[in-house]
Amino acid sequence: MILDVKGLDVDYVSAKGAVRAVNDVSFQLRRGEILGVAGESGCGKSTLIMAIMRLLRPPAALTGGEVWLHPRDGEPVDLAARTDRELRTLRWRRIAVVLQSAMDALNPVARLSAQFADVLKAHGYRDAGKRTAELLEMVGISPDRARSYPHEMSGGMRQRAMIALALACDPELVVMDEPTTAVDVVMQRQILSQILQLRDRLGFSVVFVTHDLSLLVELADRIAVMYAGRIVEIGEAAGIYADPKHPYTKGLRDSFPPLRAPVTKLSGIPGTPPALRDLPPGCAFEPRCARRFGDCAERRPELLPVGGGLAACHLHDRERAHV
Amino acid sequence: MSDIPILAAEDVTKHFESRDGVGRHVTVRAVENVTLRLHRGRIAALVGESGSGKTTLARLLAQFYPVTSGRILLRGEPVTGPDRRFAGEVQLVFQDPFASLNSLRRVEHNLRRALKLHAHPAGDEHVRELLGKVNLTPEAEFARKLPHELSGGQRQRVAIARALAVRPSVLLGDEPISMLDVSIRLDVLNLLARLRDEEGLALLYITHDIASARYLSDDVFVMYAGQMVEGGPAESVIQEPKHPYTRLLVDSSPDPERAAGSSAFTAAEKLGEPPSLVDPPPGCRFHPRCPFARDECRTEFPPRTEFPDGGWTNCWLHVTRPEDTPTP
Repeated sequence: MILDVKGLDVDYVSAKGAVRAVNDVSFQLRRGEILGVAGESGCGKSTLIMAIMRLLRPPAALTGGEVWLHPRDGEPVDLAARTDRELRTLRWRRIAVVLQSAMDALNPVARLSAQFADVLKAHGYRDAGKRTAELLEMVGISPDRARSYPHEMSGGMRQRAMIALALACDPELVVMDEPTTAVDVVMQRQILSQILQLRDRLGFSVVFVTHDLSLLVELADRIAVMYAGRIVEIGEAAGIYADPKHPYTKGLRDSFPPLRAPVTKLSGIPGTPPALRDLPPGCAFEPRCARRFGDCAERRPELLPVGGGLAACHLHDRERAHV
Repeated sequence: MSDIPILAAEDVTKHFESRDGVGRHVTVRAVENVTLRLHRGRIAALVGESGSGKTTLARLLAQFYPVTSGRILLRGEPVTGPDRRFAGEVQLVFQDPFASLNSLRRVEHNLRRALKLHAHPAGDEHVRELLGKVNLTPEAEFARKLPHELSGGQRQRVAIARALAVRPSVLLGDEPISMLDVSIRLDVLNLLARLRDEEGLALLYITHDIASARYLSDDVFVMYAGQMVEGGPAESVIQEPKHPYTRLLVDSSPDPERAAGSSAFTAAEKLGEPPSLVDPPPGCRFHPRCPFARDECRTEFPPRTEFPDGGWTNCWLHVTRPEDTPTP
């Protein structure tokens, strides 16, 4: 295990009071594993990984929980309890992040080589030029591109440069926030296959956040589905797709028309996600759920074992009671 | 399906004059000799990567700017420029429903304005009828809302209702669902399908999402770097792509049913990116990325080859040359 997140809470604080964007989120990440986090806008998936990376900025604040990083050599550290100074020794070397918009994440007035050198020198690499060339080659960018400014590169190339930069100091955990949303399908495919190959070669673990569940099924080992700030289901990728236990997961899955299977009329999920400020007392998905019953509206389901994974849904209360 | 298309682009080319980074004059060859015909009661999907010319073609069809050469035909008649009558027939739905509505005005104002501009009755009941058509119920309640009080999917439905207000015969949708949340995209697609079936609209659906093109459309057209490379019935184009670029697009699309490790993508890794439209490669513009490229691909754009299933492609791989035909 490399990461153990326990009961994480994140609040957005405003004059009208706090809004809980991430609510009691717990999960574990195995070494070398790719965990996909899927959900719609506002479900808290980006906030979750910013919290894990300790990159939250006001008005967002980490208000509870633990984020235990288990380095391959050395004692476990609770990232949630470290100061910024302490985190500096972990960032890049242990944990790294790839953000959604490579254009905004790269410095527009510095050549790639300078941006790589910044990171490499701060972490004690003597021959930054050689390492930069090596990293760019790893993601299929010609090393002479190191002299380019970000605006001279295509969107796909910038995104790959961001991935190379994240891998600069050989981190154990790489967190990626929609790294392929802004690029075309062909480039998306190239980037994903590179991530898989690099993971196999270098052995890092990945938390990969996206709204595209169909993509995760091919990429991730396990998938966590978030809704209204909570994980509502988590399990093996193939199982989540073939046999989702939560009606929201099923609805999300059935929102993607098939590429090859016969086309039937699909309907998506009726309604829209609830406002976080005004969550229903029971299951947050209850107002949109076709299978709601009994006290779904009053009693919030806990995330409990079902099949091989975990799901937060009262539909499984009875089978659990029989076990 | 009537034989005369409602709206057609016949052999259109669009070049933009621009300046490069150091101020030199350049020509961007955005669309080259493209033909696309839209028929009543049918949905045509236009797919391709960004920069392939999809949006430029839609804007040429909508008369946003003039063609460099070729013709735009409305019901078989050449269109001379954007006027009220043309706008009454051809409407666009944009990608971003957060930018396409007047955010200071209520939904009813947004809709009523389109009704009035096109001299249609604009009473409350007409506004409510439009909202009903796009499933925004209760209509009276939605009519009173401001755009920021609506979700993305609801806004996009208001944008579609506004397009319908002019009673068009053609709707051009430029990535109409790509900014919407996953769970509500199908809602909008199903709405478009209903407008085709019930109102007989001719629809152009521009997307980079191959699976949604297959779900919604009757025909699929594929553009690459400004050239139209393949077209035909949706199922045949997507299940049996004839052009290597179409195959690359389909193989690159997410497909949860695909067996792990069976993908063609490992090969896709070194395929590079689409060319510059300022200085595009001669011949078939896909040839630098094409694993099957031959000499003629580098010099001349291939002629069209038609197939029995109604599909066609412009690819030298499918051109039977006289010397290939055995002489009896």
